[in-house]
Parts: sequence; C-alpha cells; structure tokens
Amino acid sequence: MSDLVEVKNLVRDFDVSAPWLNRVLERKPKAILQAVSNVSFNIARNSVYALVGESGSGKSTIGKIIVGLLPPTAGTIKIDGIDPAHEPDKAKIAAMQVGIQMIFQDPYASLNPRWKVGDIIAEPVTARGGKADGLAQKLLEQVGLSGADVNKYPHEFSGGQRQRICIARALAAEPKLIVCDEPTSALDVSVQAQVLNLMSDLREEFGLTYLFISHDLTIVQHMADTVGVLYLGRLIEEAPREALFADPKHPYTKMLLEAAPKLDGFGREVEPPKGEIPDPIHPPTGCAYHPRCPIAVDRCTKERPEMEQKGKGRVACFLAV
Amino acid sequence: MTDTVLKVVNLTVKIPTRQGVLRPVDKLSLEIAKGKILGVVGESGAGKSMTGNAVIGLLDPPAHISGGEIWLNGKRIDTLTREPMRAVRGKQIGMVFQDPLTSLNPLLPIGDQLTETMLEHLDISASEAEKRAIAALEEVGIPGAAERIKSYPHEFSGGMRQRVVIALALCAEPSLVVADEPTTALDVSVQAQIIALLKRLCAERGTAIMLITHDMGVIAETADDVAVMYAGRMAELGPVRDVLTRPTHPYTQGLMASTPLAAKGGKRLNQIPGAMPRLTELPAGCAFHPRCPIAKDKCRADPAPTLGAGDGRAACWFAGEAGP
Repeated sequence: MSDLVEVKNLVRDFDVSAPWLNRVLERKPKAILQAVSNVSFNIARNSVYALVGESGSGKSTIGKIIVGLLPPTAGTIKIDGIDPAHEPDKAKIAAMQVGIQMIFQDPYASLNPRWKVGDIIAEPVTARGGKADGLAQKLLEQVGLSGADVNKYPHEFSGGQRQRICIARALAAEPKLIVCDEPTSALDVSVQAQVLNLMSDLREEFGLTYLFISHDLTIVQHMADTVGVLYLGRLIEEAPREALFADPKHPYTKMLLEAAPKLDGFGREVEPPKGEIPDPIHPPTGCAYHPRCPIAVDRCTKERPEMEQKGKGRVACFLAV
Repeated sequence: MTDTVLKVVNLTVKIPTRQGVLRPVDKLSLEIAKGKILGVVGESGAGKSMTGNAVIGLLDPPAHISGGEIWLNGKRIDTLTREPMRAVRGKQIGMVFQDPLTSLNPLLPIGDQLTETMLEHLDISASEAEKRAIAALEEVGIPGAAERIKSYPHEFSGGMRQRVVIALALCAEPSLVVADEPTTALDVSVQAQIIALLKRLCAERGTAIMLITHDMGVIAETADDVAVMYAGRMAELGPVRDVLTRPTHPYTQGLMASTPLAAKGGKRLNQIPGAMPRLTELPAGCAFHPRCPIAKDKCRADPAPTLGAGDGRAACWFAGEAGP
C-alpha cells in the first residue's frame, strides 16, 4: 500500500508587506516570507512522523496545510491518494478530510468554554449530520476520563485532562491521521508522560498515523519512527529515529542535539552555538544554515543543497557523509 | 557555613482568599553559597516562582510572608520596608524573568535603562555609567554595543533581549541573581547560549544564582544543588548529581522516570497518576500521598517532615524505600 501522506515540493508564502498606501508613499518593496520552501516527505501508514525545528522553521505551517487550514502556494499534498487541490469529486475530498484531525498546543484555548464536554467531543460527527448517541461517553472512557464527565464544562478540568478531551474529540471522527502540534508543551512533565502514553496506546488500538510537530527533541526521540528536521522553512534532514539520534548528518541537526540539555549532563561544558536564526524575509543565499555552520565552504553560500539519500536517511548538505 | 549569600529559613507565604488562607510556600528552607547555582524545580503551582518573588520582595498582595526569615549576606531582608528593600533589590539582588519583553521598558533605549540602574545604585558619573553600559553589553555578547545602546527593546530578537536583561541584572554587581525560567521562551540553540552566558558571568564574579525552572535537563547541566518543590513544600534538596541519579523522595523518583530521556525511546513512560492538587484542596497529611506509590497510613495522617537546611535530603517518612 502507498504511503498515507505524500507531500511534494510544498511551498507556502505569506505576504508580510506594509499596507499598499505605505508601500507607495515610503517606496517600500513587497515583502514575502517563505514559511515553507520546497519541502517533500512521505508518512507511512500507522507510523509517527515528527517534524522538529526551532521557532520560524515552518513546522506548524506544514501541519496546518496538511489539515487543510491553509492552502499551499505551490506543490502538492496527497492524502490516501487524494490531492484535494486537483480532485474533481467533492465527496471524495470530504471523506478524506474527515479522516484528518488535529490536536493543538493549548488545551485552554482549543475547547469552547461555553460548551459541554459531551457536545465538544461529538461535534466532528454531529457537524456532518451524523448521530453521536453515547459516543462521547465511550471516547471519554477510552482516554481515561469518566463517562459521566459529558455534562461538565472545560473549566472543571486540569490541563492534562483537557488535552485528553482534545484527543477524544479528534478520535470521534475515526481519523486515519492526527496532526499534533506541540501537544504536550503546555503540560507538566508528569502529566506529559500520561498524555504521551495515551497517544501511544491509541495509535496501536486504532491504527492511527501521527504527524507529530514539536521542538522538544527528547519527546521526539521517545515518540517518533521517522524524524524530519526543518530549518527556516526547509527540510534539511530526514531519517529513521535511531539513525538520526545516533548519527546525525547535517551540521544543524548535530548542533541541535548537542545544545539540548541532557539529564546526565552534569557540569557539561557546551560550546554554545553561533548566531541566531536569520531573518526569514531575507534568508541567506545558498544553504540557509551557512552563516552559522562551522564547516561551511564557499559553495554553501552560493548554491542551495537538495535533499539526497545518505546512509539511512536524506540530507540537504554538500558536506554530509 | 561561610560565604552564604542567601539563607531562607522556614519561609511561609500566605494568600488570604475567600476559600480560606492558601499557603503557596510552606516552611521552606534553603541556602545558596557564593558562586553557586541552586536549581529550584517543580511543576506549575509548586510555589517555585512564589519563592523567588518572596526573596526579591515582590510578592503581589494579598500574598505576603507570614513566617520565617530571609537573610542576604548576613542581613535580614524580609522585614525591610519598601524603600530600604528597593535599595537592596537591583543593587544586591538581580532579576531575570521568563519574558524579556515585559522586563524591559519599551519606551526607553536599552542604554538608558542600564545607566538608570547604575546611577541609582552605584556612586558613579553619567559618563562613567554609559561606559560601563557599553562594557556590560559587550560582555553579554551583543555585537556593536556602542551603537546598540540607543536601540529600543523591540529592535532586538528574543535571545538578544534576554542578553540585555542579563546585562541589566548584573550591571550593579549584585551578589545574588534570581532567574525565573530565564530560557523557557527561547529556542534550544539560544537557550544553550544564554545558559552558558549566565554560568560564565556568575563564575567570574562569584554571583550566587537561584535558577527557577521546570526543565530537569537545564538543572542537570547548570546547577550545583537542586531543590525539588511540590505543592509549596520542599520535597527533596541536595547536590544535583545525587538528587537526579539517586532520588529518594517518591515524587522526585516519579518525576525523573517520567521524563522521555529516561525511557530511551520505545518503552512506555513511567507516569505519576493524577495531577498536583490545587492549593484550595490540599489533602491532609503529606500533599503527595494520593499520587504516591508507597503511601502508608502515617502519610495520610501526618504532614511530611519539614526539611531544615542541614537535614537529610527528602521530606518523606519513608524516603528511599521505593526503588527508583
């Protein structure tokens, strides 16, 4: 069977120009921010694909495009073999889109405070005219809450419980793919473990596929099967989890792994990374990482490296071995 | 002990509310020596920021210190009134908060903010203050410091802003810096830069740091000692290597086992059932007993032992009994 998600040459631009009149009066040019730049990857069925990167790397934008909350500027996305931009049969698109659900970062902002939990969870079904009798109770029990909670309101729950409600809502539509955008970064460590375990259990039980977006490498190392590393809107390395963490190829991935605090790193002296993420409106020429890269050569400043198969994964670096 | 910069003894903070009097910090004792870094960890609501705010004398009313003592360099500071405390804060205690944008004045160039602090606390001339401001910015790694002192906070990136805040905290050469989640809002690569900077500057000047964070990895790499807080009380206190590798309090043990790093991929994470109780509904006895795997009748009846500064490590009747 083919991969569940196929993303090809995905591009997303945002127009961040000043208003038209200011541009004319102040002779400012149009400013385009390329949040996602020529990204291609596939997600296998029943696997966890993690996108990691620092702020501004475009990981959330890719998640939103896959869910359908944002249209791509260029490139194609196929989910279950269907490309929503070019599929003439509207019914097929609708059926495909039911199969994609999303879990957001902030469980305080993603639940309507005026709705009862039961209504929130059943909404993905009732909004499409389906019947949802008893569904919310069943799902609440599956995510480790009590079926009697359907008549409560979100404010009666803690952060971790709310995230369970979000997961129950995502499950209501019987999805194939769940896009999780930083699902645990608003939670405490002990609660985070509960939610991550729940997500692993549900994946086995329902045969789910996750696109897991996170900046936290330790969580990614725990959850992911395949990891894609983004930098300034570009995919720069992709490899199976073990390969990526044991033998990172791209200098940026190496720096990220080195810089992440380690639990057994007592008194570790880290050579702090150079520089900061550059201005995305005027990204560096050639390889976007070259101004901070310790091994950059002249070619890196002129030519943008493409993703190439190296070892078990793909890397976009001229000097990777 | 000599060279003790900060000494907190049995600190209790109370907040009177309609639901009764809450105790976000309850009989807390700790010490930081010159040039040492004490990490204070805990989950949200554990009272770690409240402790930091009590030390710098910036508790928001109605929260107030209701018991205990805070000593800075041998001088008691919790009984000081507003004006003398203002002189201590800034001069002897520097502060670094989580969000650098809210700790800088958006309407003042950063150079003015630095010189203002120095003129207030040090006996120097305005031109000398400006010279020192430029030197301070150079020291925290801001390129082109001589020109950038005229820049406003919004013209800096998040990491650069946090560097400015650190320069500001250190410019009056305090003996203690209270850093409350200084890197939580920053990316991993910038976090590494800021942590390295804090460590270097404090080692050079012998500044003591109280580093408040929820990130065990940051603590492991930075702190000399670590204090683990739970529901306003000290759960465990000791040298960082001992507490993190051989925790004796069941809460610390659970916390360490539930971090994804400990599971080394694939395996299920250890989880502590439930969540930290709200301050309004603290259970009787030890606050951790409803979630504790080794809780016994004594834990349900008696509050856990209070940790004094020189006592054993864990505030638990049965410390060390459960295997990690």
